[in-house]
Amino acid sequence: MAFVHRHKGLVPYLLLLPGLGFLALFFVVPAYYLAHTSLQTGSLDAGYAFTWAWENYTDAISTYHEQLTRSLVYAGIATAIALAVSYPLAYWIAFRGGRWKTLFLLIVIAPFFVTYLIRTLAWQNILSDNGPVVEVLRAIGVLDDGERLLATSTAVVAGITYNFLPFMALPLYASLEQIDERLIEAAEDLYASRLQAFLRVTLPLSLPGVVAGTLLTFIPAAGDFVNAELLGTPREAMIGNVIQSKFLVITDYGQAAALSFVLMAAILALVLAYTRALGADRLAEAR
Amino acid sequence: MITAENAAHFPRVSKSPEPPDVRLQGVTKRFEDVLAVDELTLEIPRGSFFALLGPSGCGKTTTLRMIGGFEDPSEGRILLGDHDVTGLPSYKRDVNTVFQSYALFPHLDVFENVAFGLKRRKVAKAEIAKRAREMLAIVGLEGMDRRKPRQLSGGQQQRVALARALVNHPRVLLLDEPLGALDLKLRKQMQLELKRIQHEVGITFVHVTHDQEEAMTMADSIAVMSRGRIEQLGGPTELYERPRTAFVAGFLGVSNLLGGTVTTSGAVRVDGTGEIRVDAPLPPAGTRVQVGVRPEKLRLDDSAANSVSGTVVERAYIGVATQYVVDTPAGRLTVFVQSSGTAAEGDAVRVSWDPESTFVLEEAS
Repeated sequence: MAFVHRHKGLVPYLLLLPGLGFLALFFVVPAYYLAHTSLQTGSLDAGYAFTWAWENYTDAISTYHEQLTRSLVYAGIATAIALAVSYPLAYWIAFRGGRWKTLFLLIVIAPFFVTYLIRTLAWQNILSDNGPVVEVLRAIGVLDDGERLLATSTAVVAGITYNFLPFMALPLYASLEQIDERLIEAAEDLYASRLQAFLRVTLPLSLPGVVAGTLLTFIPAAGDFVNAELLGTPREAMIGNVIQSKFLVITDYGQAAALSFVLMAAILALVLAYTRALGADRLAEAR
Repeated sequence: MITAENAAHFPRVSKSPEPPDVRLQGVTKRFEDVLAVDELTLEIPRGSFFALLGPSGCGKTTTLRMIGGFEDPSEGRILLGDHDVTGLPSYKRDVNTVFQSYALFPHLDVFENVAFGLKRRKVAKAEIAKRAREMLAIVGLEGMDRRKPRQLSGGQQQRVALARALVNHPRVLLLDEPLGALDLKLRKQMQLELKRIQHEVGITFVHVTHDQEEAMTMADSIAVMSRGRIEQLGGPTELYERPRTAFVAGFLGVSNLLGGTVTTSGAVRVDGTGEIRVDAPLPPAGTRVQVGVRPEKLRLDDSAANSVSGTVVERAYIGVATQYVVDTPAGRLTVFVQSSGTAAEGDAVRVSWDPESTFVLEEAS
């Protein structure tokens, strides 16, 4: 303790230590091994050797660019839908929820009490050919008699949207809830209509939540394979499915690791472009 | 700081023929089963600095919010000039508000905050820039345009809030406890400054406060509110020297109240002592009343027309005066004496005061 007292400036760094240690152990070390693996060639029988196999990367991109693009597109669409659904929801809970706020939030995260896999399997039933959704859509003529939902890209995107919705709703709620309602009154006092007050005050002030929510949704969604596996067919395969089968089925570890890095790089590039476009670096300043 | 050039924006108002800027007619506001404002009728003349004064929960803020359009009255009408605005949303009212916590937009800089209202009204860009700069000069914030609210001190934020509202030249400016968040010294300074600015721009100010001193310093007229009603309305001097109810007498400073009965000779017989003379209209003989006198109007001698004898029980130096507490047969009196005074605790003294300094309250039974 005496040491801490004499070196007060050190305290913030000491507080950083557990987090840094965790990141080092569980991110930096695995990433190093993954990078090492991604440059290996070989097979389960013959053994693997580190050969600076950069062709793992070029092969991965040329063979699987379609699945990679599909992953990013599905994740992008799912994120957009989750945002469109969650924003009004979070807005309503934050400003109109009153004393029921906690209950509504609990309802939003209630699906998390059930395992990811089970939730997705439930969607198989919901979207199945004689399930309620298809019946209704056929009845109102949105779907033709032969058409189905299960095993389509719609089903995969719907599953992803559903599974990651709380990751969008909670940060949105957190940022909306912080907004002082007097600011909205002040905007209306200064001749802004309800819509203008929303566009000029509420929306800009909730942007940190929008950014956090889209990142928390998009990043795991882009790497997801469960929804494509259970709700789609190989035609809807995402990059996660490819990586999964390369690692566990084909045991081509080198290419699987290379694909993982390609996915990481693609996500990183998109996230950087996105935050730059929204000026997220300046968002923290607004608070 | 008002120049011939920008004076045109702030025409001095002639007070008489125009309708009052704000009229409340039988306005009542209920929140579920709580009666916040009770049949309030009120006229606020053009160009005046008007204060709604009262303790928390008296309905003053609700009244202000109804004028601003943030609450709808349960009953009654609100007029701005000749225009009935009851039920109109705030963005359609020619009224601007300085909020208690300022409510500055944190994501916009000072200039953008001040320009917000003008932009919504689609004023030309060059005009916006000119008016915003002028207004920032009036409130003493030149050169701060590009600062964010969080980079400003409390006093500066207060000025931005004021500029943001006034730049629109509203018919009425509403101020909701505008100085509450400032420290004492800054508050005193801003009181005088607000008064100066109101004088410069000539806009009607309606100011809500629980601080009687603040209201007395700034306002031309004050409505003292209690339990959703106006207890008394008048100028600061009138309210202080001729309060009509015990609530007003007690809320605006310290007062000594003595119970008594009106006599046939037009005086008041104070319980436990003799008759005193009063220079104010009295209710009929035999009515129970309370007579009041402010501590600083009392003298520790026999020189004035009304006097009682008593014993000093407490003496305390309070800076601007010396405070004595004197026990008399009529009750305990608090006396402020400018000079330090010679009486000591336990001394027998005479306390006297002029009939003109005496006010009369009908006793609420």
